[in-house]
Amino acid sequence: MPSYDVMPDVQLFQPAEVDDALNLVDQYGKDGWILGGGQDTYGWLKDRAKHPTALIDLNGIEALHGIRETVDGIEIGATTTLREIIASPLINRDFELLVRAASRVASPQIRNVGTLGGNVSQDARCWYYRRGLACYRAGGNICYADSPQGMNREHALFDASRCVAISPSDTATALVALEATMIARSVNGSRNIAAEDFFVGPATHITNMTSLESDEILTAVQIPSRWAGSRFYFEKVADRDVWDFALVSIAVVMKMDGDTIAKSRFVCGGVACTPYRLLDVEKAARGKTLSDESGDAIAALASQGAKPLNYNHFKIPLMENLVRRAMRG
Amino acid sequence: MTDYKHIGKDFVPPDILGKVTGKAKFAEDFRADGMLFARLYTSPIAHGKVTHIDTSALDGMDGVIGVLTADDVPVVEAPNAAILTNTPAFIGDPILAVAAVDELTAEEAMTRIRVTIEALPFAVDPLDSLIEGGPDAREEGNVFVRSREGSGFRTVKWTAQQISEFRAGKEPTGEFVNEWSYGDIESGFADAAVIVEAPFVTTGYAHMSMEARTVMAYWQNGTCYVYASAQSQSFWMPGLARLLGVEMSKVVLISENTGGGFGSKIGAYPIAALPGYFSKQLGRPVQLRITREQEYYIGSARVGFQGWIKMGFAKNGRMTAADVFIIEDIGPNATGGDGSSAGGAVSLVYDPAAMRFRGLPVLTNTTPRGAQRGPGQNQIAAVMAPLMDKAARELRMDPLEIRKINAVNSDTRVYAEQRPLTSAYMKEALEKGADMFDWDAKYNQPRRNGNKVIGVGIGQGYHSAGTKGFDGLVRITPDGKIHLHSGIGNLGTYSYVSTTRAAAEVLKCEWEDCVIHYGSTEANLPWSSYQAGSVSTFTHTRANYVAAMDAVSKMKAITAETLGGSADDYDIDGQRVFNIHNTRQGMTYAAVAARAIQLGGAYSGASYPDDIHEITQRAVQNIAGTGLIGVAKDNLPQEGVIPGLAAAFVEIELDLETGKYEILDYVGIAECGTVMHPQGLAGQMKGGAVWGMGMAGLERHVYDPQNGLPANVGYHQCGIPTYLDVPLVTRTSAVDLPDPQNPFGARGIGEPAMGCSVAALTAAISDALGGHTFGRTPVSRDMIVNHIAGRPQSFKPQQTNNF
Repeated sequence: MPSYDVMPDVQLFQPAEVDDALNLVDQYGKDGWILGGGQDTYGWLKDRAKHPTALIDLNGIEALHGIRETVDGIEIGATTTLREIIASPLINRDFELLVRAASRVASPQIRNVGTLGGNVSQDARCWYYRRGLACYRAGGNICYADSPQGMNREHALFDASRCVAISPSDTATALVALEATMIARSVNGSRNIAAEDFFVGPATHITNMTSLESDEILTAVQIPSRWAGSRFYFEKVADRDVWDFALVSIAVVMKMDGDTIAKSRFVCGGVACTPYRLLDVEKAARGKTLSDESGDAIAALASQGAKPLNYNHFKIPLMENLVRRAMRG
Repeated sequence: MTDYKHIGKDFVPPDILGKVTGKAKFAEDFRADGMLFARLYTSPIAHGKVTHIDTSALDGMDGVIGVLTADDVPVVEAPNAAILTNTPAFIGDPILAVAAVDELTAEEAMTRIRVTIEALPFAVDPLDSLIEGGPDAREEGNVFVRSREGSGFRTVKWTAQQISEFRAGKEPTGEFVNEWSYGDIESGFADAAVIVEAPFVTTGYAHMSMEARTVMAYWQNGTCYVYASAQSQSFWMPGLARLLGVEMSKVVLISENTGGGFGSKIGAYPIAALPGYFSKQLGRPVQLRITREQEYYIGSARVGFQGWIKMGFAKNGRMTAADVFIIEDIGPNATGGDGSSAGGAVSLVYDPAAMRFRGLPVLTNTTPRGAQRGPGQNQIAAVMAPLMDKAARELRMDPLEIRKINAVNSDTRVYAEQRPLTSAYMKEALEKGADMFDWDAKYNQPRRNGNKVIGVGIGQGYHSAGTKGFDGLVRITPDGKIHLHSGIGNLGTYSYVSTTRAAAEVLKCEWEDCVIHYGSTEANLPWSSYQAGSVSTFTHTRANYVAAMDAVSKMKAITAETLGGSADDYDIDGQRVFNIHNTRQGMTYAAVAARAIQLGGAYSGASYPDDIHEITQRAVQNIAGTGLIGVAKDNLPQEGVIPGLAAAFVEIELDLETGKYEILDYVGIAECGTVMHPQGLAGQMKGGAVWGMGMAGLERHVYDPQNGLPANVGYHQCGIPTYLDVPLVTRTSAVDLPDPQNPFGARGIGEPAMGCSVAALTAAISDALGGHTFGRTPVSRDMIVNHIAGRPQSFKPQQTNNF
């Protein structure tokens, strides 16, 4: 069994314009690899688990970078770093939920270079998959994690289909809660994808975690103003406080009508292959006040339908407790 | 307290500048003309036999220079780790190496190699092997016993019922292979007012040396030059020479800096010899730098325990009896020996009136195990702490009081042989810690605040902390410089240099005039102990002391011979030897050194004591005639166990809804005799504290039992604590009472510094949960959440190497 820690030879392209990048992506197709902050790139390449022939570095494209106020909210360029999002007065003012989520990504070092586009586009963190095993997600015909004695503490409770890996992105839950729109471009044009549709499970696409096609680049994320200044709640429970993925996380937006919840979106991370909407919780929360009693009344709805694996049933009380905390006044 | 010039004072170690500027050279930083880069090909399966190796695809591949297989290196008898093997016993077991002109080419070559391996049964949990019909990790058996009376494989099986009862927490009734005892435990239990009985698991985990082990070697005139990531210096030499199949005089070891070893690089590890063999085959220097992933395969790991303990306590809290049974997960190479050490720690730290230890070392097809900081002592420290609290609760005692009443002291007799101690002041450590921590207030504070609950815990750590019989070497040259030769090895603890300050103290010289020699056989280093086991400080302050005393004796004799009178008429100070009756009459050290060269003989190193080690002899031979030589073997009196002790106090706030806890306060107290180097001691106590916090809550091996795959082969997956997982401030102090069997009163501390931490935090988690004992390390978030929710744990009782 070989083991590697040296980067393989690979062509590096550093386009300055979006169109040039799109042409390169179109030219190289599945052999091309889009490079943002590199935090979910270099490991794959060094481990020889992925074999692109060309790296297309987006960091030199000014149009893909930065935070802009739009007519109806904000637009964040895909190569905007998580650190820049955390420091943005605009995002702090209107969408603090995203700031809280971005603040819990990985470590300060990774947040300094890691981009929003990269964070939402990162691949599954299932340890079997990351070893380069030929599992379903890697194009094989087996799931090592979903097996009689599989070690699957960090895997999914919901919506598994052959693969039981979870969505690892912290910002994804916040963007789904905020009803963000992902802007994807290719040489053939532009697509606006609702965040909720951007993240896809294995039943939809077994080898991709997003709906991006191989000739597309995620250029920006737009957040509409409809949830600006709402009541937000974000919490991530991980083994460690730095450099760790969520065991379970929750991102919540609420519109209050006086003391009661008029409308809300509850989204859990770490429990499904995509950010997981708690639709029953949202329905039950409508008209409720923020209180321990309200939390207790609806928390159990969070885990309805959960199908725990060998080692992950602890996520059931955990996600229920996070709902309780979100409902606290 | 003695007013020392150097002892107990901070100083700047000579390797600091290189480390903060990046100029320090680690093994992989060395280059030699024509050097090739080697890479390892390792086993993809947990147990098997290599039936065919096909490297034909490398023929004619640009830049590939050679292949080394197990057939090209000496055969090592199982279960010992081989340099390369045709019978891999774990995923990651090295099978062959490729050398190429650069690392990229070597790695590309790896993808073209085809190795056929016949799969054999394997086990990643000792209980899976121990049960009747279970697989054996080695074809020769599933148990390996190492003993002075003879070592060998055994096949030990328990019935399904015995395994089932053990999983249910009952006293094991299956076969065991190690046993020792003292006193009458039956009477001890009969006399007990309270009996605490519990099963336990401590899962093994990686050493995680930051420097993945690297070795470069070449041959010159029949001598092998080895640049290695080594934990020890002189102590590596016999093993390295044996691995290379040459005389020790034909090996030069260069190891200036090492990026962590933690017990995994104490002696020469097998692949340390690989570049030497490869270099001999190819006629060019070869460097082998293993990958981070491979460091997790062959970089060693802590032994795991699956055990059972029963303790009896009298009404006043004294432990009347202890009965300990430990199944050790000793990996594929039968390394560790932690079980008996754990039993010894129970004996020493808690001083039960009677005790029995039974052990069973079981082989598994997991990563090779080795000594890791407090091997055995620190696992059992974590087991014991919450159980001591449980006993205290049943006796209605304060957890501090039950520890104080059982605290080891200078009169305690320990182990099966009931050996004496050099000195011990655990009670004083507990009292000092309790005072700093404000134990009474914290123990009695309101605990519950909404969904948060406060937990407090006390931990005690122990490891033997010294040995004897090694050599010291000092040299004074005509330029007035004092050369202090240190063969311990530079692991990063600075004890390689702090122990030389014992010589500077004896010589009453200025530190600025001292030159520290270390990092290479060619620096003429004396025979030294291993840089491990908390032994350096005790052992090498003694060795430096005797060498310096030899130098002082010689300087007085030379001065008397030159200026008249007898040696007794002279004393030293200010780097002068002077007449005590006429202080103006005397000679500088520089002048004495020049005179020593003229006089020759033992003064200049032309002759030397018969009892010094051959490594020291060669060092003296090389420097003979360059100055005054002080050299001696440590023959100072020494009797009894030399304990390193520590106590820790932890306060946590645990969130009952998420299972997360924040460490609010940590106090660690060292009981290591006289403090030699305050900053070094604080570093040990704080580093040990962090390590213990990792063991208590985060770090563990995880193996898929279906295929033997390890889940954690990287820093992230292994879950070492980060900056935000440890307290902002870690407070430390020391008892600072001298040990009578060291010239300066010093003992070691490295390992107990961690044991007290894992114990205190494990106890604090238990305390926060109303005294619930998980009987397991680490106590992970999922376990806490499941417990609070009233859900069963995901794993089988006594299961190990799992999530």
